[in-house]
This record gives sequence, C-alpha cells and structure tokens, in this order.
Amino acid sequence: MRLFVIYTVDGITNGAVYAAVALALVMIWRATRIINYAQGAMAMFTTYIALIVIRHGAPYWLGFVIALAAGLVIGAATERILVRPVESRPPLNAVILSLGVLILLEAIAPMLFGGQTQSFPTPVSNIDLVAGGTTLDFSPFDLFTVGAVLVAMLLLFLVFQRTTLGLRMRAAAFNPEIARILGIRVGRMLTLGWGLAALLGALAGMLAAPSVYLYPSNMDEVLVFGFTGAIIGGLESPVGAVAGAVGVGLALSYVSGYIGSDLAPLGGFVILIVVLMLRPQGLFSFGTQRQV
Amino acid sequence: MNTVLRNSTLLRHGVFFLGLAALLLVLTSFVFDPYTNYNVTEVAIYAICTAGLTVLTGINGQVSLGHGALMMIGAYTTSVLLTWHPDLPLILMLLASMATTGIAGAIVGIAGARLRGPYLAGATLALAVALPQVPSHFASVFGGNQGLNVPTPAPPAFLGGDFSPEQWLAWITLAAAVITFFVLANLVRGATGRRFRMVRDNEVAARLSGIDVARTQVLAYMISAACAGLAGSLFAYWVTVTSPSGFTLNLSLSLLTAIVIGGLGSLAGAVIGSFILVYLPVWTGGFASSLNLSSNVANNVPLAIYGIVLIVAILVFPRGIAGGIGSIARGATRIIRSSRGPTALPAAPESPSQ
Repeated sequence: MRLFVIYTVDGITNGAVYAAVALALVMIWRATRIINYAQGAMAMFTTYIALIVIRHGAPYWLGFVIALAAGLVIGAATERILVRPVESRPPLNAVILSLGVLILLEAIAPMLFGGQTQSFPTPVSNIDLVAGGTTLDFSPFDLFTVGAVLVAMLLLFLVFQRTTLGLRMRAAAFNPEIARILGIRVGRMLTLGWGLAALLGALAGMLAAPSVYLYPSNMDEVLVFGFTGAIIGGLESPVGAVAGAVGVGLALSYVSGYIGSDLAPLGGFVILIVVLMLRPQGLFSFGTQRQV
Repeated sequence: MNTVLRNSTLLRHGVFFLGLAALLLVLTSFVFDPYTNYNVTEVAIYAICTAGLTVLTGINGQVSLGHGALMMIGAYTTSVLLTWHPDLPLILMLLASMATTGIAGAIVGIAGARLRGPYLAGATLALAVALPQVPSHFASVFGGNQGLNVPTPAPPAFLGGDFSPEQWLAWITLAAAVITFFVLANLVRGATGRRFRMVRDNEVAARLSGIDVARTQVLAYMISAACAGLAGSLFAYWVTVTSPSGFTLNLSLSLLTAIVIGGLGSLAGAVIGSFILVYLPVWTGGFASSLNLSSNVANNVPLAIYGIVLIVAILVFPRGIAGGIGSIARGATRIIRSSRGPTALPAAPESPSQ
C-alpha cells in the first residue's frame, strides 16, 4: 500500500509535466494542424538558458522567468519564420520541418552548453516532507510541480475564455477565413499561439530537468509521453490532454514500479494502442469520424 | 526491341536492374576502396529500409515514425538466431528476419489501419521509444545493453582465401538492395501499387471501387516491415554487434526524413535520401575536423548541418530532391521541344503531385 502511494505520487508529478507538454502540443495542433515535434527540444534549449543564468549567480526565479520568456520568443519566431511557409503544404512537410528544428536544436545545444549531463537546481527542497514524525511521500518540489502546471493551466484558461485576445485566438484557430473577414490578424494570433505553447513547454522543461537531468536529448521521452497523453485525450481537447497525460504518468509509474523501469515506455505504448483501438480519435474527441 | 521494352514493365525493369547489378559488381570489385565499399553497404542497407518506407508513406500514405524499431526486430531476429544456431546459412537469417518483422508489421498495420495522421504518427513514435528498452529487460535472450555479437559472414571458398568478408557483405547487401528495388518497382507499377495509391488519394473512392482499404493498408505495412527486417538483418552483420543503442529514436526519424527530402513517393528518392543519410555526416564530419574546433562543436556539426538541410530542403524543395530534379528535367525538355518548332510532340503531362 505504501508503495502504491509512492508510485501514485510519482505518477501524478510526472503526469503534470507531461500535461504541460501535452497542452502545448494541443494548442499548436488546434491553431495550425501541426504537431510540433520540436516542442521538447525547445524546452531543453530554454532550460539550458535558465541554467546559464542561474550558474552566473542569479536567483532561480530569474532563470525561471527568463526560460519562459525565451520559450515565448523561440516559439513565436519558429512559427513566423519557419512554419508559416509550410502551413498550406501537405502535412508531412510540417512534420519534417519540425523534426529538422528538433535535430538542429539538439545539435546546437552541446556546441553552446556542452554535451555532458548536468544536474539542475530546484527552487524548493525535493526531499520528502516530514509531518509529525511520519514521512509523507511527496516533496515540496512535487507540490511546486503540480501547482505550477495547475496555475499555468488556469491562466491559459482565463486568457482563452475571458479576454478579447483569447477570443481572437480561438476565432483564428476555429475559422481563419471568417476571422480574417472580421478583422482579426490571423497570422499574428497563430504566432502568439505558438509562443504561448512554447512558453508552456519551457515550464515543462524547468520542471522535468531536476529529475531527468539536463542533456541535449533529455526531453525526447517527455515529449513522446506528453504526445501520447495528448493523443489519448483526443488532440482537440485541453482537458482531455491533461487527463490523458496524467493517466500516462500514472501508468508509466505503476509499470515501472511493479514490473520494471525498462518496460515503462512499452506500457505507455500498449495503453495508447488499447485506447486508440477502442476510440481511434482519442477519449475526449467529438470530431466527425473520417470513416465512410 | 524498343517496343517490347516499352510494353513490358517487368522486362524493362529486369534489364535495368540487371545492368545496375552488373555495374555495382564492377564498382565494388575494382573501383571502390574498402572504405567506400563500407559506406556503400550502409547506403544500400538504408535504401532497402527507406524503399519499404516509401511504399508505406509515399505510395500508401501511412506515416511511420517507428521504422527504426522494425529494423531492430530484424536485427535481433538475426542476432538471436545466430547465437542459437551459428551454422545456419545467411539467406535463412535474412528470410527469418523478414518473416518476424513482417508479422510485427502486420500487427502494427492492423492497429494502424484504424488510425490517421497524427494518431498514427504518435503510435509509431511511441513504438520507436518503447521497443529499444525491451532488450535491457530480457537481458538473458537479447544480451542487455551490451548487445549480441554478430560475426561477419565468411565468403565462400571459391572466391579465394584472400577475399575480404567486408567485400562479400557489400555484395550480399547490394544484391539484396537490387532485388528489393526490382520487386518494389514492379509492385508499385502494378495493380497493388495502384490500389495503394488509390487508398492514399481517396479512401471513399477506393471503398466505392471495391477495395478493402484496411486490408490494403495492412498489406502495405507488412511489405514495408519486411523490407525493414531485411535491412535490419543486414545492419546487424554490418555493425557486427546488435544493441539497443543502435536503434535510437534518431534512426527512426532519420529514415522518415530521408524519404521526404529524397522525394516522397519515388524509389529513386529513397536512394537519394539514404545517400544523404550516410554521406552528409562523412563529408561534413571531415569538414568539421579540418577546422580545429573543440570536440563538443565538431562532433555535432554533421547533425546541425543535417537539421539545416532538412529545414532548407522543405522550404525550397517541397517535393523533395527527386521531385526537384524531375521538375527541372521536365522544364528543360519543354524548352528543348518548343525550340524545335510547332511539329514537336506536346510536352509530357505533369504527373499529379506526389
């Protein structure tokens, strides 16, 4: 029972990180119908920037803010410069483009920051809390991870549902043609959407780095598990993405704990296939079926 | 003679591929040095796999980000069989690897036939990440992270005692590649290829003309996987050790990127893409080491240049390098023909994109 609690807490904490990645992927998918395979590499890059800032004696929080800002800039720049020309082309072109960005970032990172694995600081302790003589099975950093992702989700929800800017962004994603007629700068909205998604990815990078460590391909698996969660959730629904990602986090943690850590990714794959066999569009998708 | 060749695809392909085989035999025996043979073997291995992927993704329209995992199944089939029965002939190893990978491909294909676009991409991506972890868990069979050693196949006695095993492997691999391309070229031109393309272009129309879409997709996946298995088996012989680190996510991604920058849907594009996969690191690596850079920079220059090539190729040649060459060639023919005056034949119609 004790182990079950430990695995569950682990699963939820990792799931929160996957959820941030999944949400970023869903935001970009909804806006531009593109899966950004470079999401993880962008997060790795911004986390390195934060590490440089922190190594130079700046407080963690300054590094944190700079990483998120860098994410916003990198995401927006990628959309404006690289993605815009392929948005109207066959979908595979966008896939290859984002793979190109992924490969490029993972090659530049070791040139700039060194290729060796580095540890990454946490803002609060990551040693399990003790209350009244018994060890609780979560640390302040676990709480911070889950809390930060929840806050980010809440802020995004408020921006998208309660502000004019959010309404414009939703309109641009929902129907670019009509949105343009109504005077919305659709291109600008898409750029902003990519920026916000990359900001969320940067958050995931900061939260993942203390446990997976920092090296050029450290976010590869996080991206795949976040993507798995997003697909299980149906790719269209932010709520589904978060639920799917937390589910993936829990499943990986149980497989890893009870069967063997090597088989955790295989467990993720099996769950993905089972869900897709039952619902080929994911759990939370209400889109029209393409089957005849 | 000319009309016979024009009328029989099988004969035309037969003549072309026999000529190609003869040319490759001469090149690998008398022209290339051992290092070139080594690289050409690698090109042929990737070409076998990317040709299969071209049939799946380019012709049938199913994306796979997990072909590295299928290659891994082929490589491990050969390696495990070799540790159990070291005396079995090589051809059996190749066929066994194609069989196991083909079965794996059928399973993935049955699951994949219900999935479209990013859902299929995600599922195959998850496979590419999951499968390389399996050998570490079942270390007693698969040798764990150290992997299994694979002896280089010995050349037959009639070639003489000083015939190098590397050249023998180059011959085997190139022969396998020529046969694979011959079979696939005929398949793609024939009724099966037409069914594949029809499913890719319009599922509804395919269904209305009585094509079983799901079965066609599973068949495409099986063929593609069998090619990956053959490539994986040869890869095991070429690397001489089969370990999980040989089948990273990067391999799967490289295979897909190769067919797209080569030119999606064309078998020639698969060769061009494989050539780029092998030779871009060779050339850029030599260039980087000539610049006296620190190892952190120099080691990553080839990868960075590959990333830049991908991005630029997609922005500049949206139909791949084979497509780019094709349209330049068509443009040139049109100019030549129009300069001959009004009696010239009309220009060949543009083939539909992809």
